[in-house]
Amino acid sequence: MRVVEKRQLLSAEQINRSLQRLSHEIVEKSAGANEIGLIGIRRRGVYLAERLAGHIRAFSQAEVPVGILDITLYRDDLSTIGPQPVVQSTEIDFPVDGRDLVIIDDVLYTGRTIRAAMNGLFDLGRPKRVRLCVLIDRGHRELPIEATFIGRSVETSDTEIVEVRLSEVDGEERVVLVDRVD
Amino acid sequence: MLQRLPHLLGIEDLNREQITFILDQAKPFQEFQRYPLKKLATLRGKTVAIAFFEPSTRTRISFATAAARLGADTMAFQAESSSLKKGESLVDTVRTLEAMRPDGMVMRHSSSGAPEFVASRLDIPVLNAGDGTHEHPTQGLLDALTIRDRKGKLDGWNVTILGDILHSRVARSNIHLLSKFGARITLCGPAMWVPRELENLAPNLRRSLHVEEALDGADVVMVLRVQTERLHEPALAPEEYIQGYQLTAERLRLAREDAIVLHPGPMNRGLEIESAVADGEQSAVLEQVTNGLAIRMALLYHLVGAAAVDAPHPAKERTNASD
Repeated sequence: MRVVEKRQLLSAEQINRSLQRLSHEIVEKSAGANEIGLIGIRRRGVYLAERLAGHIRAFSQAEVPVGILDITLYRDDLSTIGPQPVVQSTEIDFPVDGRDLVIIDDVLYTGRTIRAAMNGLFDLGRPKRVRLCVLIDRGHRELPIEATFIGRSVETSDTEIVEVRLSEVDGEERVVLVDRVD
Repeated sequence: MLQRLPHLLGIEDLNREQITFILDQAKPFQEFQRYPLKKLATLRGKTVAIAFFEPSTRTRISFATAAARLGADTMAFQAESSSLKKGESLVDTVRTLEAMRPDGMVMRHSSSGAPEFVASRLDIPVLNAGDGTHEHPTQGLLDALTIRDRKGKLDGWNVTILGDILHSRVARSNIHLLSKFGARITLCGPAMWVPRELENLAPNLRRSLHVEEALDGADVVMVLRVQTERLHEPALAPEEYIQGYQLTAERLRLAREDAIVLHPGPMNRGLEIESAVADGEQSAVLEQVTNGLAIRMALLYHLVGAAAVDAPHPAKERTNASD
């Protein structure tokens, strides 16, 4: 599959400002920073979650724990795609029971990833509440799933892909809209 | 990335990359064993035939539990209570099972090569749970995972395998696997159970008939079960075996200080292994059991979970092409 860049959606600076704002929103709309847990969905959700925890620590001195969730075993499309995708570890070192959790992911699209993430979380315990924070909401939901905290909403078409590139893993820092070409 | 492996018949045909991939994939399943809710829907709707033509409790339960925790159903077939007693051939038994359309088969048989024979005739993945004296690949893999976890890496260890090597498929699988990772292997036991020909199984393999010499400097000590029925061919009194080859705490001190002890189970306490060693800090016996579950889940996930290569693929799921 080849892709061709259509336009940039967020620059590095805009990503940073969105994350700063989101981190304030999360704390503002929660009962207490010490009840919150951030759950990053592999891979890029994890880096975003760590950054959010860093911002929260900076302005509130609160240590919000970050968990890593791999949703491979909970996907609903496994038997239709040939060889099995590689499974990675879920690492959530704090108890899920009674926690106010915020799932963090880079892009919200059909909602199936988030459905899988909730299945995974509920295998670990019974959270008090689960909300969702995403950098980009690109619409086209196929399930009744919504994000409470959104960096930016964009209108997209089916052939387009939103690529969130983060310095931790992509060597650059921007969000681009690309088109599938073949 | 594991090239689509159609079956798991033996370690001999796997390369380092494939083995490392399986061990790495077992890690998330190791953590899974600690979850409060140990039930996935990953293999929901799939059926795994558990066909054991030879008695077994631990391996059979381990595979059945692995399948169940992945959400699969199982068809349990045990030789004692089967139509094999009524003279049905292996091929017919397996064809009958196949006609019930399982998505994968786990098989243990007393004849070396039986799983390969069956795999060549079926369209579904076959996993070897032990065939004759040939191989027991999942045991080799779980032993390797245990070594890697305990010792931090898998390469280059001094490994001593102690006991009836000649009749042990566990020993053979371990020899194949560890020699691919640069182990220096010493086989030790009574002469009749450690014939010279075994030295040809792999490079860097030596034979010793003296337990003290064999244990000197060992990083990993694998103790094999004495199959008590074999003590009559030729005669070897249990006391003689104990005196010559039992792994005692004192003998274990000849190995490296941080050496670990493995045993595939079930253990004959007081025969091949002293209780103090079996229960001691260096013993990794219980971790082996947990790791067995993780390895088998990883294998069932990849082999039974994969869609059939020639099955028509419905329209590809719309994804945002992330990770």
